Amino acid sequence: MKYAYFPGCSLESTAWDFNMSTRAVCRTLGIELEEIPNWVCCGSTPAHSTSASLAVALPVLNLQKAAAMGRPVLTACASCYARLRTANHQVRSEARECQRAERVTGRPYAGEVDVHHVLDVLVNHFGLEGIRAKVQRQLSGLRVACYYGCLLSRPPEVVAFDNPENPTCMDDLVAALGAEPVRWPYKTECCGASLSITQSSVVGRLGRKLLAMARQAGAQCVVVACPLCQLNLDLRQSDAVKGGAQRGAGCQPALDAADWQSAPPPTPVLYVTQLLGLALGIPAKELGLDALSVSADSLLTHISPLPPGEGHGVREVLCER
Amino acid sequence: MANEITLQDSGFLAEVERRSGTPVSACFQCHKCTSGCPIGPDMDFLPSQIMRLVHLGLEGEALESQSIWLCASCEACTTRCPMEIDIAAVMDALRILAVERKADIPDSHGKQFNRSFLGSVRHHGRVFEAGMMAAYKLRTGDFTSDLDKVPKMLAKGKLSFLPKRSGNLGELRQVFRRAEKEDQP
Repeated sequence: MKYAYFPGCSLESTAWDFNMSTRAVCRTLGIELEEIPNWVCCGSTPAHSTSASLAVALPVLNLQKAAAMGRPVLTACASCYARLRTANHQVRSEARECQRAERVTGRPYAGEVDVHHVLDVLVNHFGLEGIRAKVQRQLSGLRVACYYGCLLSRPPEVVAFDNPENPTCMDDLVAALGAEPVRWPYKTECCGASLSITQSSVVGRLGRKLLAMARQAGAQCVVVACPLCQLNLDLRQSDAVKGGAQRGAGCQPALDAADWQSAPPPTPVLYVTQLLGLALGIPAKELGLDALSVSADSLLTHISPLPPGEGHGVREVLCER
Repeated sequence: MANEITLQDSGFLAEVERRSGTPVSACFQCHKCTSGCPIGPDMDFLPSQIMRLVHLGLEGEALESQSIWLCASCEACTTRCPMEIDIAAVMDALRILAVERKADIPDSHGKQFNRSFLGSVRHHGRVFEAGMMAAYKLRTGDFTSDLDKVPKMLAKGKLSFLPKRSGNLGELRQVFRRAEKEDQP
């Protein structure tokens, strides 16, 4: 299995741990990643909010480079994934978009390169059977809220590798590692995404809602597959729990007493590749676990140690640090 | 006393439909978009109301609303609309029109963030977070927010003071110039 790897800007900075754990997991499973040379930013939300032509041209520049490599693209960032898939969808379905992309980038591209998210590759290409066979340490006793956010499953005609309202692939993956995915209703609710910077009080309100619900459902941690979801729930968790007292444009107070009684306790928010890496026996240091703002060490106190001879639990894996 | 609305066919509905590539006129106000909008509680006009403003040709109200800049592009509305209106694309079209037509945007943080972000991409090929945030703060005058995050981000290696550049920046700048030409109304 060989892919042209598109890390994206977040994975070079705020989400370096997602990059590290994605590469480590793929290496361990024998999924070959070759980084697209000289890739450029996909444009993310600022591009599609600013210029319809740039929003297609920036992803297409990268897809043209991947076409030259003759491999399908794998990306880990949910936003990059959505932008690359949207550009493909537009040039494939509308001749005008295809012509405009060619005028802007200076080269033809008709959507010939397929784009996959790492979660899709792990669950649907590599397969859960194969992953189960590679698990070194069962994550028994760990209750996990799988949080998909928006762009992995919406809109379905563009991204489409799981159900848009009730995706299950991350739950299936987590279950294959021996952990228990909890049932909770906010799997695909938005975290506020790039409002993180411009409207942080809105993001505080949404973060608090999500974390409180995950806790109420019995989860000990949240698992994500998007750098913005991770940042908004982890780095901004202290604001979210306080109720986020920052500026907002005439917003409602972030602390909505109707939603929950008391603030949720500190909740580790891991990338799905970090959790998978732990189960595959990859050392925590090689998964970037020390990059988390809310330490995953707190999971230790909640997990009962496994009886001897039944493999290693999360406690042992984390204690290696 | 009934509020009177004078219908003016300024071509606004047609322009929004052309730009978004989606049939805004098909909206029959079922409010499904609004019910599922995570940002709804913070908006001045709810998503279904924005659709109605576009129907009525109320360009000023639509382009000067806070809502179009509060929309997080989560695509829940687009996914659920029974008339298959791409409501998130309508929000994009309205943001683009608001800047293009120099609407009196009530809160310019969103606009300035987009400018700063794309400026960073244009210069480096990739987002240089520290430079982008500095530009954003200079443009908005909002110097204090999130300063408390900087030490933690530095300690965790999540913020760098040196940009990571992509090669072939000449080609990228040409792409930006050509896109600007394409975008001219």
